[in-house]
Amino acid sequence: MSGNELLQLGFYLVVLVLLAIPLGRYMAKVLQGEKTFMDVVMGPLERIIYRACGIDGQQEMTWREYAASLLAFNILGIISLLLLQLAQGLLPLNPQGFGAPRWDLALNTAVSFVTNTNWQAYSGESTMSYLTQMAGLTVHNFVSAATGVAVAAALIRGLTRRQANSIGNFWSDLTRTTLWILLPLSLLGALVLVSQGVIQNFSPYVNVHTLQGANQTLAMGPVASQEAIKELGTNGGGFFNANSAHPFENPTPFTNLFEMLYILLIPVGLTFAFGHMVKDTKQGRVLFAAALVLFVLMLGTVYSSEIAGNPLVSKIGIRGASAMEGKEVRFGVVNSALWAAITTVTSCGAVNAMHDSLTPLGGMIPMLAIMLGECVFGGVGTGLYSLLTFVILTVFIVGLMVGRTPEYLGKKIEGFEMKMAVLAVLIPSASILLGSGLATVIPAGTSSIANPGPHGLSEILYAFSSASGNNGSAFAGINANTLFYNLALALAMFIGRFGVIIPLLAVAGSLAKKKIAPAGAGTFETTGGLFAGLLSGVILIVGALTFFPALALGPIVEQLMMWAGKAF
Amino acid sequence: MTLITGIAYPLVVTGLAQVIFPKQANGSLVYQNGKPVGSALIGQSFSDPRYFHGRPSQAGKGYDAASSGGSNLGPTNKTFLAGAAAQADRVRQDNNLAPGAPVPSDLITASASGLDPDITPEAAQIQAARVAKGRDLSVEKVQALVEQYTKGRQFGFLGEPRVNVLELNMALDSI
Repeated sequence: MSGNELLQLGFYLVVLVLLAIPLGRYMAKVLQGEKTFMDVVMGPLERIIYRACGIDGQQEMTWREYAASLLAFNILGIISLLLLQLAQGLLPLNPQGFGAPRWDLALNTAVSFVTNTNWQAYSGESTMSYLTQMAGLTVHNFVSAATGVAVAAALIRGLTRRQANSIGNFWSDLTRTTLWILLPLSLLGALVLVSQGVIQNFSPYVNVHTLQGANQTLAMGPVASQEAIKELGTNGGGFFNANSAHPFENPTPFTNLFEMLYILLIPVGLTFAFGHMVKDTKQGRVLFAAALVLFVLMLGTVYSSEIAGNPLVSKIGIRGASAMEGKEVRFGVVNSALWAAITTVTSCGAVNAMHDSLTPLGGMIPMLAIMLGECVFGGVGTGLYSLLTFVILTVFIVGLMVGRTPEYLGKKIEGFEMKMAVLAVLIPSASILLGSGLATVIPAGTSSIANPGPHGLSEILYAFSSASGNNGSAFAGINANTLFYNLALALAMFIGRFGVIIPLLAVAGSLAKKKIAPAGAGTFETTGGLFAGLLSGVILIVGALTFFPALALGPIVEQLMMWAGKAF
Repeated sequence: MTLITGIAYPLVVTGLAQVIFPKQANGSLVYQNGKPVGSALIGQSFSDPRYFHGRPSQAGKGYDAASSGGSNLGPTNKTFLAGAAAQADRVRQDNNLAPGAPVPSDLITASASGLDPDITPEAAQIQAARVAKGRDLSVEKVQALVEQYTKGRQFGFLGEPRVNVLELNMALDSI
């Protein structure tokens, strides 16, 4: 590893943590309804929204009411986004005159953006009007991220409230997260991005005569405003097909750094916010540490694999990095590997290099990061609640090992919480494996494969992982815009999202009802290095046990074949 | 919520962007003789030996800026490997290199966006002799121009050193 590469990686991590710590403190205040400096601007706006929608933001909800409001909001979101796409041909801000996408693609896209997945079976610049992009897709970039934070906040309330029936108010969590956290940071981010060359306009596509006299059509649009929230909300849906590899989305090494910071900013900040909200910052730091260990391990593996490169390309007789297929010169190998790790430990799924062309192991780690449930910092909100699910599993396993009653933050973890936590881990895993299994045995599944050999299996496995984990990145060679994949993946996204949220809200409701027992001699410490180690160990073991057989048949065998000099 | 995040927010960003950064917000267009010839951020196809060539592109039929994308070919795919080998031979032939001479890898691999505006400084230098010959310029002069248009890492440490092919070619045209 060269000094400069180490510097780039280290600089990123240090700046990230320095920004996430104060943001964590601020987010804790926002989610607990405390006073902040943004109240002057956002307070009136919040009241207008409540009045217009006839909502009482103060009213406390039981977990069932919370879940019902959340589901109703999201299902309405899917329907309205579906209708907006189907009607885009009749609506304004459509200078290229795009018609309606096919119904199955529109449905897939609607579910995709509402569930914070942003899987894209379409190519933005040739499918979606400016109106659809901003009034449809950008909106769900905000509210799907806010939904994630809301669930995390509800779960934290479950842990901190004593003998309570309620876990907060969904509408208030949703609105406050959007207005106090996402909107100001997006506005700032969008302007920073424009200053570097990310475009922001409503012009029709620009035709130019190139230097050699050919015609070139430059796609335009309001990109920066979507780009900022795309990263900040760990959404990942690109304005253009090439996503953050496109120079109009990510023109310079600085925008690349900035966007990578935006992706992990809130997820890392939330681990610190957790500490503030449970009134014990050590509890937040231990989550941060466990996730950091896993992140560095994964980053190290992707990076080493991409640097080691592709011996089959080296044989051709080259200078420079051998794994440059699907990468941009301005980012090089190190920033492509860093991005690949960041975008898949979170639920972001934006890409600055084509994952399908990564080396086999370099492509396996992103897949594994998604399969682990994106709990290594994870998506906005979703990461924290996935991590807390593993915390519940860990205290239970530790309890079994040492013969103590499992408890976390003074709350007894009993049968109901365990069942729900296991469901939250099993549902997406089952969706990944059953979906991939089905796709590999029917022609509608296998006919979409682009690359031969074990890589083809990786493409299918990645697609179902990405959908069930609500990530949205892809081994994009696969032709996903077919009836089978549009519907199967839409179902996987829905199950992967709400099949986790609802059990966890039930956990929140059940925990809120319990007493908080003071820590005694029999309490297992959930701060400190031992617990961080156990937590990251449990995450890895559960993930490995579930997915190792499938990964062995895809990327692992491909890596071995590549080393042996075999192509397909 | 849709009004705030879907209409007001993009409009405010557009308004501010158009006032503060009008050039960037509209695509960083570059002009030759008063006519737009492209964007400084978007690569274009060059096949003329008198111009520096960019990377292979999988965007549409090549550098189609309304159809971005990469090849998505996997690392052990024979189609990919054969294509890269053929492209390496073409680069050697175009630039009068010995058979089997090492070729900068960015010149034989497609970028992620298909619109990569840059090549590595090595990829530019191996083309200098060919371009100089086509334009009746001294190789030293062209090499110096390449050096002048080589961008270092941003702020000295971010990203990779690179040469913007369109900017370099426009500079050649203005000699």
